[in-house]
Amino acid sequence: MNEILSQVFQVGFFAAVIRIATPLVFGTLGELFAERAGVLNLGIEGIMMLAAMAGFSTAFFTGSLWLGVLAAVLTGVMAGALMGLLTVSLGLSQHVSGIGLTLLCSGLSFFFYRLIFGQPSSLPKISSFEPLALPGLADIPVLGPILFNQFALVYLAMAIVPAAAFVLYQTPWGLNLRAVGENPHAAYSAGVSVTAMRYQALLVSGALMGLAGAFLCMAQYNAYTFGVISGRGWVCIALIVFGQWNPWKSAAGSILFACIDALQLRLQASSAVHLPYQVFLMLPFVLTIVGMALVSRNALAPAALLKPFRKEAR
Amino acid sequence: MESPSLLEMRGIAKRFGDVQANDGVDLTLKCGDILGLLGENGAGKTTLMNILFGVYAADAGRIAIDGRIAHIRNSADALAHGVGMVHQHFHLIPRLTVLENMMVGQSGRGLRLDRGFALGRMREIERSFGLRLPPDARVGDLTIGEQQRLEIIKALARGARILILDEPTAALTPQEAEGLFMALRAMAGQRMGVIFISHKLHEILAVTTRVVIMQQGRVVAETANDDTVSKKRLAELMTGHEITPPSKVPTTPGRVRLRIENLQTRGGARPSLKGVCLEVRGGEILGIAGVSGNGQAELADVIAGVLPASGGTLEINGTKVFRFTPREVQALEAGRIPEDRMGTGLVTSLPLRSCMVLSRIRERRFSRWGFLKHRAIGRFADQQIRSFGIRAAGNHVRTGTLSGGNLQKALLARELAWEPTLLLAAQPTRGLDVAAARFVHQRFLDLRGRDGAIVLISEDLEEIFALSDRIAVMFEGRVMDVLDIRAATVAKVGLLMAGVREAA
Repeated sequence: MNEILSQVFQVGFFAAVIRIATPLVFGTLGELFAERAGVLNLGIEGIMMLAAMAGFSTAFFTGSLWLGVLAAVLTGVMAGALMGLLTVSLGLSQHVSGIGLTLLCSGLSFFFYRLIFGQPSSLPKISSFEPLALPGLADIPVLGPILFNQFALVYLAMAIVPAAAFVLYQTPWGLNLRAVGENPHAAYSAGVSVTAMRYQALLVSGALMGLAGAFLCMAQYNAYTFGVISGRGWVCIALIVFGQWNPWKSAAGSILFACIDALQLRLQASSAVHLPYQVFLMLPFVLTIVGMALVSRNALAPAALLKPFRKEAR
Repeated sequence: MESPSLLEMRGIAKRFGDVQANDGVDLTLKCGDILGLLGENGAGKTTLMNILFGVYAADAGRIAIDGRIAHIRNSADALAHGVGMVHQHFHLIPRLTVLENMMVGQSGRGLRLDRGFALGRMREIERSFGLRLPPDARVGDLTIGEQQRLEIIKALARGARILILDEPTAALTPQEAEGLFMALRAMAGQRMGVIFISHKLHEILAVTTRVVIMQQGRVVAETANDDTVSKKRLAELMTGHEITPPSKVPTTPGRVRLRIENLQTRGGARPSLKGVCLEVRGGEILGIAGVSGNGQAELADVIAGVLPASGGTLEINGTKVFRFTPREVQALEAGRIPEDRMGTGLVTSLPLRSCMVLSRIRERRFSRWGFLKHRAIGRFADQQIRSFGIRAAGNHVRTGTLSGGNLQKALLARELAWEPTLLLAAQPTRGLDVAAARFVHQRFLDLRGRDGAIVLISEDLEEIFALSDRIAVMFEGRVMDVLDIRAATVAKVGLLMAGVREAA
């Protein structure tokens, strides 16, 4: 037992937790903006997949990782706009549109990957982001290596959580966004354009999901595979319920999930526990379900979530 | 000197499918006017106001504010022109605070929300009009009257000089309504204009300076509110014919149809009942008054077998049961008109004929061995449509296409067809116009004359006073008092509705 504990609780473990949590934080905050405006963006899984593909291909051919990130973000924004067209302008079912968008985006990413790279014998690779030690901060004992010797995108994720909380709770834009998600008729009669707010929320949502995809294939890994997202988008949707639609709590949920994920990776690798590896793979998801069941019983979703807004509805 | 026109609407037209909701409407509002807008359901009042507020685009016509043409394409335009609207269903966000609700749609200071500015506006409005609210209270915790006050404060804070109120007193106590009227008079005194839509004629008479009456999308009459105008006169102008109040003949109370002792429910999401005791006899109408949310809806649901009680006893026609199922309640000769006629009363996606037999489908004449007898159902539905004068193209039309008044008639036809000895009616005339309400009231009095007992839950005090033999007032899950109609006054009932018991 001691052996397991000492294997697990090392600086490297916590650094890994932060790394694993990063794409979840991007995805969760992205989904959060959409849901607080009243749109459930079930396209998240597919958007992350397509953005990862676009980002990876761009980085592969231009040799610039940051151009790759930009391509991933733009792809996410475009997918968000498509989601807006379906659910906001046309007022279609958000469930059906979201699942459709995920199917479309994952299909497109496989298609274009094959079109671009064919069926190569060895996996196309890029030289991925290198950890960037923040001068001064990285030398703090324990915390330094955990928090401040990470990829640039990790720092971005760290900055984006308080920024999202500030925007949502302290700015007029955030208040209008929340109002649109709670009672679009109230927001409309206060002079807010519900359509514009929901589109903006979906564009922000797509951009953040794009960052999640970019991180996965350009920082966490150095290649694009069809399993690169593997359910992380769906996990983000659960994490929002877990975090009760609050950016801080949702980010905390992402870190918790990442802890369990990192733990199961270590347990798989350790020789101390003899169980089929699939059991470990399952662990974070099982705990997600348990956590959801415990926390979300009195979760309060935005009141207008899933409801299309029709100005002239009689 | 003639005061200048604040608002002029000329030749406004709007069509929804086959319905010409507004057909060349002219309307003028002057500074200091409180204009009463009257009309039956579907007369086009709300459509006209929604056009003024930018919710609908008019097909034709023009709007001028302060003598200048105003193009109002959305509510932001309307607000910019000084038009504010308090909708029948409040446009508030219950989970946010009063101040946050005030700041929705407002620009901030720099990046941040401008709390100071919003607070300042609230203080100014309190000084000018006597309207105040705690800025940090959660809107969901406010009473209906306070939520309405917030709607008005919101409109004033946005600089509204023309305030539209769509049936603003539907859920207020008489005292709250009087407070509202005082604020409206203060606004008129400061050269604002108010448009006041209501079905309650006594309120129109009490607060307005002029009355405009609409019928089928047109303005049919306009009159200054002076001594020549009476309720009777307004009702005639509205319907085009004379409306006689329902005649209530004296009856002698018969056997006990419903007895409730110490009934309690657990709260949770809904208000709880905290020991309700009531008794209703045949030939008697018991009115239950109260501001919505004080347990009336829950009381109706418990009696109907929809909501479980956690304590107390319930006795319908002599059968004592702790908890009924809706089917058992029906078997005890009790009919029910639920508050939410589109939701729990009728299935709007079904054809009318199916809705007419919904609660009695198990009877031998409508089904056998699990198969529906379509012909018998159709014959029955046709007969009911005729005898209740339901305006529908046939028994096959989708129920949801009927107007509110006809929906209520259909529900009434279904529940009364079996001669219930106890009828439970919640808000039976809400949203109905004078003629339709009159029809419903007459049916209730007919049933009362045949020794039926009726529990009438209503927020409309005029209705309660017109029909009831006794009036029970509910407040916070309890019956404050039961008054005999001969001893009851609006003021007494109003105080009880606010939870105030007069010292004996």
